[in-house]
This record gives sequence, structure tokens and C-alpha cells, in this order.
Amino acid sequence: MRGATHARWAACAVAVALTATACGGGDDDSGGGSGSGDGSGILSSSWGDPQNPLEPANTNEVQGGKVLDMIFRGLKRYDAKTGKADNMMAEKIETTDSQNFTVTIKNGWKFSNGEAVTAKSFVDAWNYGASLKNNQKNAYFFGYIDGYDKTHPEDGGKQTADTLSGLKVTGTNTFTVKLNQKFSTFPDTLGYAAFSPLPQAFFDDHAAWVSKPVGNGPYSIDSYTKGSQMSLRKWDAYSGPDKAQNGGVDLKVYTDNNTAYTDLMAGNLDLVDDVPAAQLGNVKSDLGDRYINTPAGIIQTLAFPFYDKDWDKPGMEKVRTGLSRAINREQITDTIFQKTRTPATDWTSPVLGEEGGFKEGLCGDACEYDPEEAKKLIEEGGGFPGGQVKISYNADTGSHKQWVDAVCNSVNNVLGNDKACVGNPVGTFADYRNQITSSKMSGPFRAGWQMDYPLIQNFLQPLYYTNASSNDGKWTSKEFDKLVDEANAETDRAKAVELFQQAEEVLRDDMGAIPLWYQNGSAGYSERLSNVALNPFSLPVYSEIKVS
Amino acid sequence: MGRYVIRRLLQMIPVFIGATLLIFLMVNVMGDPIAGLCGDRQCDPATAAQLRKEFGLDKPVWQQYLTYMGNVFTGDFGTAFNGQKVTELMSTAFPVTIRLTIVAVVFEVVIGITLGVVTGLRRGRPVDTGVLLVTLVVISVPTFVTGLLLQLLLGVEWGWIKPSVSTDAPFDELIVPGLVLASVSLAYVTRLTRTSIAENRRSDYVRTAVAKGLPRRRVITRHLLRNSLIPVVTFIGTDVGALMGGAIVTERIFNIHGVGYQLYQGILRQNTQTVVGFVTVLVLVFLVANLLVDLLYAVLDPRIRYA
Repeated sequence: MRGATHARWAACAVAVALTATACGGGDDDSGGGSGSGDGSGILSSSWGDPQNPLEPANTNEVQGGKVLDMIFRGLKRYDAKTGKADNMMAEKIETTDSQNFTVTIKNGWKFSNGEAVTAKSFVDAWNYGASLKNNQKNAYFFGYIDGYDKTHPEDGGKQTADTLSGLKVTGTNTFTVKLNQKFSTFPDTLGYAAFSPLPQAFFDDHAAWVSKPVGNGPYSIDSYTKGSQMSLRKWDAYSGPDKAQNGGVDLKVYTDNNTAYTDLMAGNLDLVDDVPAAQLGNVKSDLGDRYINTPAGIIQTLAFPFYDKDWDKPGMEKVRTGLSRAINREQITDTIFQKTRTPATDWTSPVLGEEGGFKEGLCGDACEYDPEEAKKLIEEGGGFPGGQVKISYNADTGSHKQWVDAVCNSVNNVLGNDKACVGNPVGTFADYRNQITSSKMSGPFRAGWQMDYPLIQNFLQPLYYTNASSNDGKWTSKEFDKLVDEANAETDRAKAVELFQQAEEVLRDDMGAIPLWYQNGSAGYSERLSNVALNPFSLPVYSEIKVS
Repeated sequence: MGRYVIRRLLQMIPVFIGATLLIFLMVNVMGDPIAGLCGDRQCDPATAAQLRKEFGLDKPVWQQYLTYMGNVFTGDFGTAFNGQKVTELMSTAFPVTIRLTIVAVVFEVVIGITLGVVTGLRRGRPVDTGVLLVTLVVISVPTFVTGLLLQLLLGVEWGWIKPSVSTDAPFDELIVPGLVLASVSLAYVTRLTRTSIAENRRSDYVRTAVAKGLPRRRVITRHLLRNSLIPVVTFIGTDVGALMGGAIVTERIFNIHGVGYQLYQGILRQNTQTVVGFVTVLVLVFLVANLLVDLLYAVLDPRIRYA
């Protein structure tokens, strides 16, 4: 009797162990290939679990964007070095009035399942993205196209159309786009992933497509285990000019970028595209010139709650400018960020280039550290509301605590009062965003902006135009709005950029948001790889990487 | 015995409901999860409203809870924000964590009890003092320090193991993470066993057994150890639940895609469905482990059976 009890217990434990093994048993980890410079080598790269299902118009974060960048090609593509929008699938995009565009696409392109890419592939995809019932988080990208208000009623009312009236297929390879306002740089926005074409298979069997997306890019997805790994392989029949220089990429999900970095050190991983902050001090000695640190289209700012009367009353522009002048950007970027950020001197990003609208020093004195002047300005403006400024940030990701504390330190030193500025951590990012969107901020708060496309328009209009989608501080200026409208209507590129910069000066004079620093993309790679670079979106240019 | 089991099973119901309700409320007071879904920009109001409706977030919390529990009883744990079924996430995460837990428990049982018996029988000798010192160090050093240190030494410096565990997470790759996960509990098991053995060594039944002329081996395993194991079994039993839920640090260090990882993601993204679903299952595991412990008592000490 007693023996039997023992036996049962043992059998049970074995059964549990066996089931556990059986459940977990999958195919073997194929690991890195052994190609030697013939373009067949396979590299492994760190990845994070995408937050949303992988659909072009639904992906708004870097991790999902990484995959879309490998499996899709749109009408335009941004040059990895200059950020300039070059034609990819587009043969030509013509307009005479900056409002009506005729798009002609190149012949002979295919999706990796054999379907041809036609004008319809684009129009269907855009209609899908714009339609409210599909819950696409990037739907607002189609907001410039005529008929958007019908397919995506702003007030959440019933949508009265499923397709955008501004889109018309006029031939196998041509379609026309009618915008609801003049927007001269519209063609340059079309390199964004949300504008990718979709195959018929996407609409026929959506669930199957999402579990293994099919696109028209240089890679096709070989296997995808959600939450752990995606294997992408070079697609041999790819019709574009930028064929993959390697055999494929294995994207491995890491829960912690420190582990990814450790794996790189141990030779277990080839590419890490996010060097953890804790390793920045020793990354140069660890990797030498296999460490990349290049500017990306990201700027960090401090936004103000202009819905709060205390921050919007006359004279406060002096306090805001004073606060800006009290921040020692140079010191913070050097010591806390180990030069992976550059002190900002305007509200755009160096990746735009001079021609694209980046103007070094546009902020002028207002962004220069000057303790005496800062103190004077803050006092003249009547001091901080309530005598203290609280800088809000989310404490869960991105190590924001360190720099917010440093900023406050800088401000406190300037004012000679260690209570003048304090950090105000918010537990989760979701809660932080929640407080921002419900206009509950009572002081300046951290704001980051990663560009959608390398255009000066993208750094100004969504953030500072009256009631724009990401104008979280609700800053408003008639002058600014007028200049942006004029710039959008201007067909001459150089003149448009100039008008945008004038608008930026309006923003500066009122200090609608304090620019802090431009963020760099950082990456490290193993000795097997060469020709590794980050594009202006801080994504590795996978197709160019050579594996030896 | 049968009534005892039934009573224990009935007790599980209010614990289960209470625990899930608490978690549900806690995740919900953290605010609107949709706000974080669109990154550093605002979701347009129409899409946000639509998403809220789809995830049932537009209803009052009590109604959400009732609907949720109703679905749970039909095996539907809802959908995570990335479009995956929570049950699908569970089916990939739990086997991995169960394997990790098994490795950890095996370490606890084998090393912990052996060391405990050895030191308990040799109280005050150098072996005893040595082990006591080592366990004190293990208990006082946080798991993440042990984990990172082992990862760095064994994984990077000496190259004996891979610093991260692969997707499939087979048993052999889980040995080091399992040891790290087990380390603190292992030290406790050693100390518990040691005290218990040392105490019982002087008891009457052991003296009787020795006086009967039983071989030393039999005295130790059948008489001494068996009675000394009761507190140890209690500890290990409750520890199974703690190990599964508390593996979050170890899983993060070694990149193991188990329960801890899913919970962490769920909390970060404020994904009610994932968090509540996983915690629900963990609560069940905890309850079942406790039940098993109580049943094991009966095996170890027949007197309990009739209580």
C-alpha cells in the first residue's frame, strides 16, 4: 500500500516532466549559416516583441517597423545616408497643383507569393489603412487624402464610406490621388511603411497573412514564432535594385537588451541595434570600430501644459526660456548619455541635412546654458508657478529618471534652491500617456518625437500646429499655423523649407517646447559582419550587411 | 481523507475568486491601457474608442470582470494586444517555466536535503559551519547578482554555456538558470533540513531504533529523515508556486520566454487580459501545490491521515 503511493507519486512527476518536454519540443535552432562572403551567410539580430499585429498601417513602433522595412518596399524609399526620398516602386509621381497627384508604378514587381504588384495593391492597402473599422493605428497617415473624414469620422461616428474618394485606379500601373489640401511634399511621405502595398492574400485570408506576412521586399518570412523568433530569408526573385547581400536574418526576441549585449560578447549573436545604457561606458573597448553611433531622426523635448493657466499667462515665455537656459545640455549628454545624444539647437534633427530644413543654432541664445541669464529670466517672468517645477516622465522604460534628475540638478544649481525642480515619475508608459492625453499635466513633461519621414514638416506640424495629433502641450499660435500652411502650399522645396524655419522661429520666441537633445542610434556587431549601417530611423540597413 | 480533500477543494473557490478580482482591479486602476498603445503620440479618438470597445474596456469594471470570468470558465482567456490569444501565449510560456521550475526543485531536493542531512548529523563540525556560511552568503546575495555573475563568468569569460537560452529552452540549457532560480530556496531547504534533523536525532524513536540495532543507514532514511522532512516538504510545496511566479528576474537575465516574461510584458503594456490570465493560472498552481503538500503529509506521517 505504502509502496504503491510512492510509485504513483513518482509516475506523476515523470508524467509532468515528459509533458513539459513534449510541449516545448520544436525544431532545432538552426543557428547561423556558414556562408563565406558569397551572400548566403545568415546573421542573427536582436529584436523586441512587436506590440501590434504586423500590418503596415498598424505598426507604429520600431520592432515591428524593422520587419516591415525588410519585407516591404513602397513607392519611395529613404536613402540610408542622406534621408532623401528616392523612387523605389514609383516610376513617377506627377502634380501640377500640389493637390492632385498621378502615380505610375514600375512594371514587373511581385509579392513573394507570386502575385503581381499593381496600382490596385496600393489603393486597396491605403483604403484598408484608412478605414475606421480596421482599427489601424496609423490611419492618420491617410488623413490628407480626400474622403478620409468619411472612412474615418473624427468624432467616432458611423463611417459612411469604406474607400477613400480621393483614390482612383486608372490603369494596371497608374492611380491618382486627390488631397483635401495642398501638400507639396506629399510624395516624400510615401516612403513610410504605412503606405506599403498589400497582396490580395491579405484580404482573402487575413489571419493567415498576419501569422506569416507576405510582402514585396528583399526578404521573405521563412518562419515566425510569435514572441521568440522570426527567420527571414533572402527572396531570390526580388525585383528591386537593393537585393539582400546576405542569406537572411534571424530576429531573436530579447527581453532585456543587456542579455542581447552579453550574447554578442559571447559570440552568440551578430547584431545588437540597441546598446544598453549601462554598457555605453565600455562599449568602445569591447567592440572598437564595430560600435556604431550615428544620428537618428529623434529629438527629445520638454513640453508644457498650455491648458494650465499658470503656464500660459503673459510673461511665462520668459520663465520657459529661462528654464531652457538653465539646462546644461552639454554636460548631461556627455556624462549621462556618453555622447550618444547631441545637444539640440533647433526643433528638428541633423538627419534632415541643411537642405532638408535642419538649421544648427536656430534656437540661438535660448538653448545656451547661461546660469545668470537664466536666473534673471525666470525671476522677470514671475518665477515657477507655485515656486516649484515638476518634470514628469515615465519610469518604466528608457532610463528617463537619470536625465530628468540631472536636468533638475542643473536648474537647482542655477537658482541656488534645491527644491526648485523635482522629477515626477509616473509608473507605466500607458499611465503616463493617459495623463498626457487627458490633459492632466501640471508642469513640464518629457516628450520624444521619432520622425515618420525625414521632412521638416514632420517635426513641426504634428507637434505644434493648433490641435495637431501630437500637440500634447496644446501650444497654439496663429502665426505659426499660417506659416506652416503657406509652407505646405509652396511647390518650391527650398522656399517651403524656409517658411517652415520661420515657423520654427515663432515657436522659439514663445518657447512652446524646450528642445533638449537629438538622439543617436547605436548598434554593435560581431566580427562576422561588415558594411553595417543605421538608417535615419536608427534601423540597421539589413539588406546591405555582408556576412563572412 | 476524502472529506479532507473535498474541504480543501472547496476552500480553493473563494481564494481563486478573491485573487483574480484583486488582480483585475489592480491592473484596471493603472489607467487606460489604450493610451500607451500608440507610442509617444496620441491615438486618434475614433480608433481609440473602437479599440476600447473591442477589448471591452468601455464597460464598467465589475461588468468587465464578470464577462471575463464567464469567458474563463469556457476556456477563453481573451486576446493580447498583439492579436494573439492568451491561451496561445500560455501554451508557449508555461511548458518553459514548468521545466525551469522542475530543474530548480530538483536542485533544491537533491542538493538541499543532502547538505541538510550531512550538516544536521555533524553539527558544530567544520562541514556544518562551512555550509552554514555558504548558505548565509547565498541568501544575502540577490538573485540578479548571482545570475548576472554566473552568466558573465560561465557564458562570456569561460564559454561553458550560452549566455541566453534558446527559444525551445531544453532542459540542458536550463541547468544554470535553474540553479540561479533555486539558489535562495536551496539555502533555506538546507537550513530547514539541518535544524529538523538535529532536533529529531535526540528524539525517543531514534534512540529506540538505534537500540533495536537497526543499521545506521536505515535509521537515518526511514526514521530520522522521514519525520524531519515534514517542514521541508511544506516549504518546497509552497515554493513551487513562488518559483513559477517569481522566475521573472531569472527569466529576464537568461532571456527565457516563460511566464515571468509574459507577465512582465503584460504589466508594461498594461494588458489586462494577459496579466489576469497568467495570474489566474498561477493562483491555481499555487493552490494545487498546497493541496499536494497536505496530501504528502499523510504519506510521511500516517497520524495526519486520521486527523
